Amino acid sequence: MSEAPADSADALVVLDKVNKHFGALHVLQDIDLTIARGEVVVVIGPSGSGKSTLCRTINRLETTDSGTITIDGRPLPQEGRELARLRADVGMVFQSFNLFAHKTVLENVTLGQVKVRKKDRKSAEATARTLLDRVGVGAQAEKYPAQLSGGQQQRVAIARALAMDPKVMLFDEPTSALDPEMINEVLEVMRQLARDGMTMVVVTHEMGFARSAANRVVFMADGRIVEEAAPEQFFSNPRSDRAKDFLSKILHH
Amino acid sequence: MNVLSDNFAEFREGFLKTVELTAYSGVLALLLGTLIAAFRVSPVPALRAFGTAWVTLLRNTPLVLLFLTVTLGLPALGLKGWDDFWLAVLALGSYTSAFICEAVRSGINTVPVGQAEAARSIGMTFGQTLGQVVLPQAVRTAIPPIGSLMIALAKNTAIASGFNVGELASVQKGLNSDQGYNIYVIFLWIALCYLIITFAISGLFRLLESRLAVVR
Repeated sequence: MSEAPADSADALVVLDKVNKHFGALHVLQDIDLTIARGEVVVVIGPSGSGKSTLCRTINRLETTDSGTITIDGRPLPQEGRELARLRADVGMVFQSFNLFAHKTVLENVTLGQVKVRKKDRKSAEATARTLLDRVGVGAQAEKYPAQLSGGQQQRVAIARALAMDPKVMLFDEPTSALDPEMINEVLEVMRQLARDGMTMVVVTHEMGFARSAANRVVFMADGRIVEEAAPEQFFSNPRSDRAKDFLSKILHH
Repeated sequence: MNVLSDNFAEFREGFLKTVELTAYSGVLALLLGTLIAAFRVSPVPALRAFGTAWVTLLRNTPLVLLFLTVTLGLPALGLKGWDDFWLAVLALGSYTSAFICEAVRSGINTVPVGQAEAARSIGMTFGQTLGQVVLPQAVRTAIPPIGSLMIALAKNTAIASGFNVGELASVQKGLNSDQGYNIYVIFLWIALCYLIITFAISGLFRLLESRLAVVR
């Protein structure tokens, strides 16, 4: 396992010896992971390997049993106001979009700005409209989430997270619930984000995205980080048998 | 020789008292019930325990016993000078709040977990998550059972007649004995008055239901 290339001053997210159990299942086993500012890390691995759980522990949607998680030099606080403040700095995009069903697209993107960042409604709406235009759903601002396609909903979800001006964005299988023809419109938005220098942790099955946008690929299996490498090295020359086996199953058919 | 037209003032007074009793107790029950429901889903164990105890205690106590506790117990504890009407509101409101709490909580449970996770992930506190995202969606499913509870409350106000509140059910006490009216006719008119109230409540809640039915 290679250490992250970044020196500690540049480290934005640091996981140190993180362990988690779901009952008898040891889903995260001694996870050490450092994500540098501006880095795009793609986490891949077979289902049940703990990659979604790993992603969700970073903003404490999942608690951990032991180990520490630090974001921008500050350890994750316990549940409460301080944790809420920290979560505002960590954008999250879910597999099932989770747009607020009773609010319009525009309200979805303004709610956090007004309630959490305490911005006035007017500037929040201006920010929201800019972001919605940027992800290509500006014309849908007055609609409700249920009236949008999956791809559009997910792009709104990305805009909602970006509206908080986060330091890092977490993507938990953002394209897994999408129809095939909608996957690319979401990935393209994510590629653009990566080009703009956003720090990103992306759990995905999209190997094409990992190849083209990732600085580093983290391969997980059975709750452990088995291999970390630059994408071209990982895909052309994986070192571990577990990764070779995984890649042979998904790349050749 | 019509009992209603002969005693219209008494009927009107009783009717209005019952409406008042239902309205004040209903508001108290809704506020208290929603608060206790928030307690029951809160991340703070002490609040959850309090919520569970509140519901268990009030839901399993016969309403008459609760009336006795409030009207006899509170003055014994030194809380004197409360009007009988407000003691009745307190008893009815607290009792109904336990049921409202469970209706609201069942509504909360129908809102997908992802909604609350999304709210928390943009930095909303527990209170904001509940107030801005979860409760507005929970209300839609909770409205029909809450409507039933309000109808039950309107009928339960009759118990207050045994505790010095001059409401609808108490009207018959002053009438049936000496004046020679047919007791069944008196009951029929009283029942019709209750029907007016309960039909009004179900109409109101049907209206609320259709108002809140937004696309999703």
